[in-house]
Amino acid sequence: MSQFLQVLLSGLSTGSIYALAAIGFTLVWQAAQTVNFAQGEFVMLPAFFVLIGIHWLHMPLWLALIFGLIVAVIVLGLLFKKLIVEPMLPNGGLPLIIATMALSILLKEGTKQFYGAEAQPYPSLFPQTTLHMDGAVVSVQDLLNLVVSLTIVVALTLFLNRTRTGRCMQATAQNPAVAEILGVNTKRMVLYTFLINAALAALASFLISPVYLAKFSNGETLGLVAFIAAIVGGFNQIRGALAGGLLIGVLDNLTATYVTTEYRAALPLVLLIVIILWRPQGLLGTSEGRKV
Amino acid sequence: MQRRTLLTAATFAAALAGTGLAAHAADVVKIPCVCEMSGAGAVSGTNYHDGAMLAVKEINAAGGILGRQIVMDTYDTQTDPQVSRALVQKAIDSGAYAIMGTVYSGSTIVNMMVAQRAGVPQFTGSEAPNITERNNPYIFRTSSGAQKGVPALTAYFKDQLHVTKIAVEWVNNDFGKGGHDVFRKEMKRVGIDVVADVPSEQGQVDFSSDVSKIKQSGAQAVFVYLNEEEDARFLKEAKKQGLKAPLVGEVTLTGQKVIDLAGGAAEGAFAHVGLATSAPVPSIEAFVAKFRKAYGRDTDHNGIKGYIGVYAIKYATEMIGKFDRKALASKMHGLTLDVKKYPGMLLTTSWDKTGELSRESFMTEVKNGKQVVIGTVPAN
Repeated sequence: MSQFLQVLLSGLSTGSIYALAAIGFTLVWQAAQTVNFAQGEFVMLPAFFVLIGIHWLHMPLWLALIFGLIVAVIVLGLLFKKLIVEPMLPNGGLPLIIATMALSILLKEGTKQFYGAEAQPYPSLFPQTTLHMDGAVVSVQDLLNLVVSLTIVVALTLFLNRTRTGRCMQATAQNPAVAEILGVNTKRMVLYTFLINAALAALASFLISPVYLAKFSNGETLGLVAFIAAIVGGFNQIRGALAGGLLIGVLDNLTATYVTTEYRAALPLVLLIVIILWRPQGLLGTSEGRKV
Repeated sequence: MQRRTLLTAATFAAALAGTGLAAHAADVVKIPCVCEMSGAGAVSGTNYHDGAMLAVKEINAAGGILGRQIVMDTYDTQTDPQVSRALVQKAIDSGAYAIMGTVYSGSTIVNMMVAQRAGVPQFTGSEAPNITERNNPYIFRTSSGAQKGVPALTAYFKDQLHVTKIAVEWVNNDFGKGGHDVFRKEMKRVGIDVVADVPSEQGQVDFSSDVSKIKQSGAQAVFVYLNEEEDARFLKEAKKQGLKAPLVGEVTLTGQKVIDLAGGAAEGAFAHVGLATSAPVPSIEAFVAKFRKAYGRDTDHNGIKGYIGVYAIKYATEMIGKFDRKALASKMHGLTLDVKKYPGMLLTTSWDKTGELSRESFMTEVKNGKQVVIGTVPAN
């Protein structure tokens, strides 16, 4: 029972971080009807912004985290939208998707050139101690990772549903033409979406890097798993991305512990195939009709 | 007439330039480094390369080998065995006298056949046992194989830790499998029960289920046989989940890079290492200082491997008195280089007829964020 609890908690903890990255896929899809294949690198990069803050600018950790968040929002939110999305979007979704693939390579190789190919130590945000709960020993870091991630998701959901700006963003995502007629500044709402995506990616980066270590190639795994989580949960629903992330995190850990470690990497792909065959819109997603 | 004169002059100049180039080519000896400058093996490969390059600079400054300057071109395998194979061929085509690298066993096993076919001596940093078990007369280690290193820990498990149940966490590549198999055989020989046998993938980032399995197994100690980055992630996860059993490794676990990456989680980890940069040996201390001065950072044992590899080529070549690949390989078999006479070796080193290496080794522990040598194991 102790082992099961720890494995479950570790899975939920990692899965909740996947969910943050997966929500980014959902947001960009809703705002620009495109898939950002550089999302994994968006999660990889902010950890290096923090390291620059610590090692080059000699900031304390808390200040370096704020610095990393601000730089990530500017570079991965504002500049990404202005320099890549806006010029490419009028040419259709496919060129933009290809542009994000190129951006993924650029960010990965740029980080490698700039910071080196080796993994870099990354400070833990939470104490690496354990808690004894009803005979089970659980990690405080896992627990706090889960709490922080879920708090962010809940806060985002409340923002989107309970505030005027959030509702305007939803209206823009659902029907930009009608939203504009109703007086919504759709361009600004789309910009907000990209900024929020960058902030989510940065927060995921801060939480996952103490475990993964900061490395230029981290985005490969993270991007793929988050993409699959978004599809499994439902690409057009935030709650779907959350469910997909948690499901993959937990199943990955349970499989590795109780079934096989050798094939754990294949599990998300198997899950993806099953979901696409059984429920193409994802577990919590809704069907979308398109006219051709 | 003028045109003919110009043509003649041009031809003469070209001939002169060609002679110059030929003379230049005769003045150098090519020892390329084919190693892991990026990918999962970047830590090991970069240090191996930098150690080798340091030796090249020293040897060149002192007049080279038999009067020829060493040229060391770098070929990055990206830690990909197939890429490494192509690059070894490329290095051979460029006129390599000997090859330094690769470090990752999975790559060496694939590319050593290319060097063997071409008759080019290869000095590898790999430690998988089967590398020297393939009757390849052109392969030479720069550190001993796992079949020599892992048994050095058996006495520690049995007589010092007094364990009867043990777990093993290993990386499922050629390096890990080699060490794992030797470990299982050793534990069987001394009657220690392996209660958890946990393989992991190269580049694995999440070790939560691995640690959880080991905790559940009731193992009294854990043998950790992973590459550097995975070592660090495993140590962090072990600390996170409160794993109390002693963590014991071979070669990598107490390396400085692992300590830097794992931080406090590395504290108390124990390992047998063939080479230790922290060894209280004046020649190694001097090497570590030179490396730090040259690159502005510390190295791990791989830096020493690269360094002594180049010096071994120099000393053996000077013994045969000519640049003859076959004679070099032949000379290396059964050779002992005494550190008193050959200071570039840092420690007295011997090679047997398979290219396997022997020299004294060290027991190390992580104390206060540093690798500390706590004992010496005689050459076996």
